[in-house]
Amino acid sequence: MLSFKMALRSIGANKMRAVLTMLGIIIGVVALVVLVSLVNGATSSVTDTISSLGSSLLTVTVEDDKGYPVDMETLNEWMAEDKVGLIAPYSADSLTAYADGESGSITVYGTTPAYYDIQGLQLSMGRWLKTADVENNSYVCVINETAAEELIGYVDCVGQAISLDGVKYTIVGVLAEEENNLTSVLTSGTMAAYLPYPSLQRLSGTVTRELTSFYVGAAQGGTVEEAEEAMTQLLLERFDQDEDAFEISSQNALEEAMSSITSMLSVMLGGIAAISLIVGGIGIMNIMMVTVTERTREIGIRKAIGASRGTILTQFLMEAVVLCMMGCGLGIFLSWAILQIINTVVASLDMVFYLDTGVVLLAVVFCFLIGVVFGLYPANKAAKMKPIDALHYGG
Amino acid sequence: MIDIKDLCKVYLVGDERVRALDYATLHIYPKEFVSIIGPSGSGKSTLMNIIGCLDVADAGSYRLDDLPIEAYSENELAKIRNEKIGFVFQSFNLIPKLSAEENVELPLIYQKVPRAERVQRVKEALERVGLANRAKHLPTELSGGQQQRVAIARAIVTRPKLILADEPTGALDSKTSQEIIDIFHELHRQGNTIVLITHDGDVAKQAERSIHILDGQITEVTL
Repeated sequence: MLSFKMALRSIGANKMRAVLTMLGIIIGVVALVVLVSLVNGATSSVTDTISSLGSSLLTVTVEDDKGYPVDMETLNEWMAEDKVGLIAPYSADSLTAYADGESGSITVYGTTPAYYDIQGLQLSMGRWLKTADVENNSYVCVINETAAEELIGYVDCVGQAISLDGVKYTIVGVLAEEENNLTSVLTSGTMAAYLPYPSLQRLSGTVTRELTSFYVGAAQGGTVEEAEEAMTQLLLERFDQDEDAFEISSQNALEEAMSSITSMLSVMLGGIAAISLIVGGIGIMNIMMVTVTERTREIGIRKAIGASRGTILTQFLMEAVVLCMMGCGLGIFLSWAILQIINTVVASLDMVFYLDTGVVLLAVVFCFLIGVVFGLYPANKAAKMKPIDALHYGG
Repeated sequence: MIDIKDLCKVYLVGDERVRALDYATLHIYPKEFVSIIGPSGSGKSTLMNIIGCLDVADAGSYRLDDLPIEAYSENELAKIRNEKIGFVFQSFNLIPKLSAEENVELPLIYQKVPRAERVQRVKEALERVGLANRAKHLPTELSGGQQQRVAIARAIVTRPKLILADEPTGALDSKTSQEIIDIFHELHRQGNTIVLITHDGDVAKQAERSIHILDGQITEVTL
């Protein structure tokens, strides 16, 4: 405590020099804190957008069924599990659609009624596929608005027929275009039709009874993470504990990819800022060397009247650390001010930048370490002076 | 108190070996007021440094208060200086950034004396040298004589076994010098052991006993 006070006095005795020395640390801290806070602010704004696109379902792909193919029965068994919500198989094929003289390539999905709820779809007309449609292999389909407009010419087309690869299907519903759905963003502008799974199986050469892809929703009151855990367990049991036999992914993967990119970015920017902090530390060391030389006589007096090596070492080390921490404090305050200004300037951008607690802590710890590391050499030089030489230095 | 026997110290000045101390032997007893006198270059500064535990001899033995000084490490010597010796230098050697009372307090801080006791003892020490009213002043705001009195207060605040004064009047005019010497007389009367090193015969005479040093050898002891 006393050495802290002494350090403050020594620094206060030469304010201009102290401020100039601190400048290196201040700039380093500001660079570190502001850059990382900016990246984090931008990241959270982007990930918010992504998660608003929906991430409440899992996609399961079976790579190797080990002779136990998954069929509808299996899915029904799994759906009975506590943590697992709805499961909808899906497979897709690209076919040629034909209606009223219009034709075009259409993506056809074979699935079950559960698909509607899992994907959170909205109908603008008619109804969705029913269990009976699946059981009876009915020739019914639900199409999206793009398909309705391009093939029929208008959206209100429930009851009309279209032919897919020459087989006639009755349109029972039209899906509303959704803007806030990741799938719809990625597939907007393409025609799509949804068929009962067995119907597509009959129509397409590539789709078989064996289900290789399906969506899994979270159980009511449960989370996607719980569902993922339960599904993993079920699939491991089925496929001889072979983790490579299947793959479970969620749309969180996109968020994860995004956050890994941005965390790499903050590490990179943080690293560059850290270099400037180290340069600031060298400035501290430089000025401490000067201070030690200037105060050789004082060191001699202190040693003569009984200061041990440790006492002198502590005194000068404390001074370096206090200098660093003052720079750190000023830097953090300045960062806060800069972020406030940026927030005002980009208020229209719907982004808010906060002082990131993690990076502030990092800056504090880093500054402390720099103070210790770069203060140690000058302090040790002071501590090792012989009292008699120091006492007679410069007079 | 001080028991010095066959002390030798050789310095290398350029290529030349200078014998600063050449088998010096002397004894100083408790509560004595002794002056060590010699011209510059006589080896008295070296002797003072060794007596003050600031330096160690090349050969010979030095016992301070029955402690074999050559056996101690640097940090142990710092502790011995702190507890047993009070220094008074020619150039005062106060720390310019610290006020009079802070300068006096410093050796007590190094002794880890609790704060309340420190304050009390600093006050007493400054009163004894007649500077209680200048406690808050910085050294630069004090006259030479006052600075030296602060230095004496710093020397006595630890209640040392030995007060070691190195040319304490060297930087002062004769009137102030006498005031400082009077303080030493007073301290001596109160039972302190004082060793005063000087080149000035008039100052040396004021002690009970003078030890003359020349070319590193103790030449004469006058009573």
